[in-house]
Amino acid sequence: MSKKVLVLAETREGSLRNVSFEAIAAGKMIADGGEVISVLIGNGITDVVNELVAYGADRVITVEDAKLEQYSSDGFSQALLAVIEQENPEGIVMGHTSLGKDLSPKLASRLNSGLVSDVTAIEADGDSPKFIRPIYSGKAFEKKVIKDGLTFITIRPNNIPALEKEDGRSGDVSSVSVDITDLRTIIKEVVRKATDGVDLSEAKVIVAGGRGVKSEDGFKPLKELADLLGGAVGASRGACDADYCDYSLQIGQTGKVVTPDLYIACGISGAIQHMAGMSNSKVIVAINKDPEANIFKVADYGIVGDLFDVVPLLIEEFKKVKVS
Amino acid sequence: MNIYVLMKRTFDTEEKISVSGGKIAEDGAEFIINPYDEYAIEEAIQLKDAHGGEVTVVSVGDEETEKQLRTALAMGADKAVLINIEDDVDMTDEFSIAKILSEYLKDKDADLIIGGNVAIDGGSGQVAPRVADYLNIPYVTTITSIKIDGEKVEIVRDVEGDSETIETSLPLLVTAQQGLNDPRYPSLPGIMKAKKKPLDEIELDDLNLEEDDVEPKTETVEIYLPPAKEAGRILEGEVDDQVKELVQLLRTEAKVV
Repeated sequence: MSKKVLVLAETREGSLRNVSFEAIAAGKMIADGGEVISVLIGNGITDVVNELVAYGADRVITVEDAKLEQYSSDGFSQALLAVIEQENPEGIVMGHTSLGKDLSPKLASRLNSGLVSDVTAIEADGDSPKFIRPIYSGKAFEKKVIKDGLTFITIRPNNIPALEKEDGRSGDVSSVSVDITDLRTIIKEVVRKATDGVDLSEAKVIVAGGRGVKSEDGFKPLKELADLLGGAVGASRGACDADYCDYSLQIGQTGKVVTPDLYIACGISGAIQHMAGMSNSKVIVAINKDPEANIFKVADYGIVGDLFDVVPLLIEEFKKVKVS
Repeated sequence: MNIYVLMKRTFDTEEKISVSGGKIAEDGAEFIINPYDEYAIEEAIQLKDAHGGEVTVVSVGDEETEKQLRTALAMGADKAVLINIEDDVDMTDEFSIAKILSEYLKDKDADLIIGGNVAIDGGSGQVAPRVADYLNIPYVTTITSIKIDGEKVEIVRDVEGDSETIETSLPLLVTAQQGLNDPRYPSLPGIMKAKKKPLDEIELDDLNLEEDDVEPKTETVEIYLPPAKEAGRILEGEVDDQVKELVQLLRTEAKVV
């Protein structure tokens, strides 16, 4: 049975995040031939609506207000509830991003509905789609169904591929106006610490360092390699505990769980808690002095050697092939 | 200040996971306080020390959860409450747990409720914001700092590596992110004292809830392990050659760069 599905689009510094397009693709799987409507919330954001249509949205609804310029759970839930009231959707998809994680449980509570978070794959055969999600930070997986009511999920970035972009596609764009009231949490300041806009959870390439990096300075070659490959820098708990880097870079069962196309582990031994956060990466490269290090058990390619010898050579080699 | 901490008992992070009979096998596994909830307990104790008041740690679980609640008391919490659902409920989801906690908290006049931002087992991070919505109080997730001045609260939260400064007010619910503090280990005197601190056990009946009221809205139909990853290739030869080969393999075989 076809369903009408709302998908939340997310912007970062004026551009749409990839997960917005992945959410459209997920929305299509749940919609089963029904309508997929992208919802864009913010202020002065409408110049990206065509991109949502090009990636498969049948319609776009915008909600704009000065009070929606920055995210707040109160403001964004009021905006979405107004759209939900107008459209009566049978499904909702958001990214399992910082915003989606914060907003979706509140909305599910408002709507008295179930919610399957952090979905990495969808089996949509027949009436009730099954949602696959990692548990124990990827040490196991579970398949979940929503028993009745709204089909509400958040999807992990980088796992459900976006549809092919079709520039000529057309779709209706409309707006809903909402009186945003009573914001109980106000953002006073945002300090950007994340690596040049490449977010760990969405990065296609991650270069991660462990205790073997030895110091804060030791992360420099890793950063250079990550920049060269358009990726982000991550770290093991060991490196964070030793104060070589900020905890926001930590990958593992405590910390972030990541699934990039390429994960380069430098001087990381491979504690179970770290591997839980990265072992589902598509391709893993391990660089470690210790040939017995656990990380080699999950690595696709391994180099036994000192990262301070290997990483600069890697940078040179990547530069060469980029030029050629 | 009247502070409540939401706590979950979870598998130790160093445990390997196996599946038997369609469920995660728990035999012989070590259990701990969910690491993010440990930050929550520590922060609650520090805030109590600074502002006065009382810290109550609440957990929905079974008899086994008493052990982790005692640990929280040994760290310095004043009271613990176990909502034991073992005999009443077979299946739960985030909705069920949030509903149970909310029913318990609704008449407690909490000034501040602190939880972990996510549990490392289920990993959905839904329960705490659901509770805040149910209680109709504001919430801020993944916090790395909190300063309270009267009713006014200033918070720094982690947003995918960036940090946001938020202004809000009590009553409030927050969830802890790594970096909020360094949780203390229970001291020996703390452990001795904890034995005498109140640990109340209540059931759904005491909250006027029936099994139907907390019936989950989602259902797990299968649990399985990821396919075992085969060990890959350790490259050989001089380091220069290994690096050349690696870049080649990443371009042509793995096709990821």
